Amino acid sequence: MAATKQKSAKRKRAINNTIVHIVLAILAVIWVFPIAWVVLTSFRAEKGSYVSTFLPQGYTIANYVRLFTDTTILNFPKMFGNTLLIAICSCILSTFYVLSVSYCLSRLRFKMRKPYMNMAMILGLFPGFMCMVAVYFILKALGLSEGGLIRLALILCYSGGAGLGFQIAKGFFDTIPLAIDEAALIDGCTRWQIFTKMTLPLSKPVIVYTVLTAFIGPWVDFIFAKVICRANADYYTVAIGLWRMLEKEYIDSWYTCFAAGAVLVSIPIAALFMFLQRYYVDGMSGAVKG
Amino acid sequence: MLTLFMIYLWRETVKSAYQAECLDKAGKYVRTFREDLKSLFHENIHKLLMTPSLVFIFGLTVLPLVFMICMAFTNYSKIGNHLVLFDWVGLENFRTLFDSSSILGSTFWSVLVWTLIWAFFATFTNYIAGMILAMMINRKDTKAKGFWRFCFVLSCAVPSFVSLLIMRTMLQPNGAVNVLLRNLGWIAADASLPFFTDPLWAKVTVIVINIWVGVPYTLLQLTGVLQNIPGELYEAARVDGANVIQIFSKITLPYMLYITTPYLIATFTGNVNNFNIIYLLSGGDPVTNLSSTAGSTDLLVTWLYKLTIDKQYYNVGAVIGILTFVILAVGALLTYRNSKSYKEEGGF
Repeated sequence: MAATKQKSAKRKRAINNTIVHIVLAILAVIWVFPIAWVVLTSFRAEKGSYVSTFLPQGYTIANYVRLFTDTTILNFPKMFGNTLLIAICSCILSTFYVLSVSYCLSRLRFKMRKPYMNMAMILGLFPGFMCMVAVYFILKALGLSEGGLIRLALILCYSGGAGLGFQIAKGFFDTIPLAIDEAALIDGCTRWQIFTKMTLPLSKPVIVYTVLTAFIGPWVDFIFAKVICRANADYYTVAIGLWRMLEKEYIDSWYTCFAAGAVLVSIPIAALFMFLQRYYVDGMSGAVKG
Repeated sequence: MLTLFMIYLWRETVKSAYQAECLDKAGKYVRTFREDLKSLFHENIHKLLMTPSLVFIFGLTVLPLVFMICMAFTNYSKIGNHLVLFDWVGLENFRTLFDSSSILGSTFWSVLVWTLIWAFFATFTNYIAGMILAMMINRKDTKAKGFWRFCFVLSCAVPSFVSLLIMRTMLQPNGAVNVLLRNLGWIAADASLPFFTDPLWAKVTVIVINIWVGVPYTLLQLTGVLQNIPGELYEAARVDGANVIQIFSKITLPYMLYITTPYLIATFTGNVNNFNIIYLLSGGDPVTNLSSTAGSTDLLVTWLYKLTIDKQYYNVGAVIGILTFVILAVGALLTYRNSKSYKEEGGF
């Protein structure tokens, strides 16, 4: 009796296991399918956006070559350079903002602390696009909306609001024991030394996390760049470039190149992301363990 | 602006001079400028560290916002072919928008309803689906956990605008999905599923695609929380004879909700303001009512974008922005202030 019961329980478990694995496999296929498709398309030999077969008929790397050599209409290498420059600068600026603001909010108690945090929360609720036009007018008034200064304008845009996104870094600093700070204060450290010599070295995971998210931002943002660049094709970032390739006048000849560009942009981001994932988990779980 | 700044500077100078005088009278030591500078690195370090980012936040976030809020009370917009010189009109714009008999008003209500439906479904389908997926992967008996996780995380490593554009082209009438279905013989050779051409289909499509985009993120975030649920709880429940559904609804779900309320609120807010998905996928199409400015999948934010950037109705756009904010603020502030993580913020 007991044996049959055990046997049936075992069988039930096996069935459950198979079902779960089959469901997972189906879901995984659904999730991987679009990515596989774009990689295939990027190597597709025949041109045009819509084809009647699912798998490509011939394979070629001409799409990648064209992306970097045909710079007359859509200058992909230049866009890539623009984005890289903007990403690096805004990454440095916003990392500084985020870390310093979150250190202050986490460690120091000053008059403006609560008001600042409330303000950050309220500002976060406004749709970012609402003030986009006004941001454009302000940048125009400062003379940053023409020529090479567009890059500076974009850098300011991406890093400007960074000080409002302090939550994760602050949460991390909160987990560093206050006793360390107190010990250092008694030993005659200034706050600045505590910040640079103790807090920062202890918070490597969250620094990496902040740096990488700030770096990825300009690569994936599309709408700010579009509003600020307007028709200045020289200063387009990668995101607008890829979007333009799918517009009606370009889609037929540029479609496979779009796929190639998408793959090229995704590779560094995917690599950074995989790298980041480890730190992301660490960053959430706190600094000093045990 | 500049005047205000100068007045502030002057006031601060007088204040510090007065303080120095007081200190002097009391026979105490008056600090030199050098020491003041030094204090910036110690007791006044927050002034040093917060100022640069505050300046930028003020210039690039607060100031534009004030501009736009002011604009909501003017008639600054494109009428006919030119921008009119603007004048204060009070609450006129709000009245037009709430008046459901005008075109703008009726569009506003339909867009608002769809925005709320979208935000609700987008948040909770993602949350539940992500949780179920995380549980399936983290089950004790599931083999090759790392591999499964990798499959899903792969799609969130691709920048979202890329995957959204890919999705859009795949779901076109002649896109990959329809081609695949035709080749498989599931639909007729010249037929195509109306993913973005039928209003209802379009709405369902964006929600489903949002699941595709969002679940991997939810999976990443919830995996850690799931692993933190004490195992004894499950064992005790199993000994007491609870089945899978009971365990899920009585242990997992309450525990998760308890931990992730702030995260849920943030996601909900993010979804109300989710511009990318709608703009890149459907662009608000299909347009059912030609006289209105919004399509049937337009959210408040994408409509706002269309009104301000394409049509240059700055005043109406600003009003919509303010209303979006009010809706979000009322909901979020109430829930957030009552949540555990806000109350226990100063815990240590």
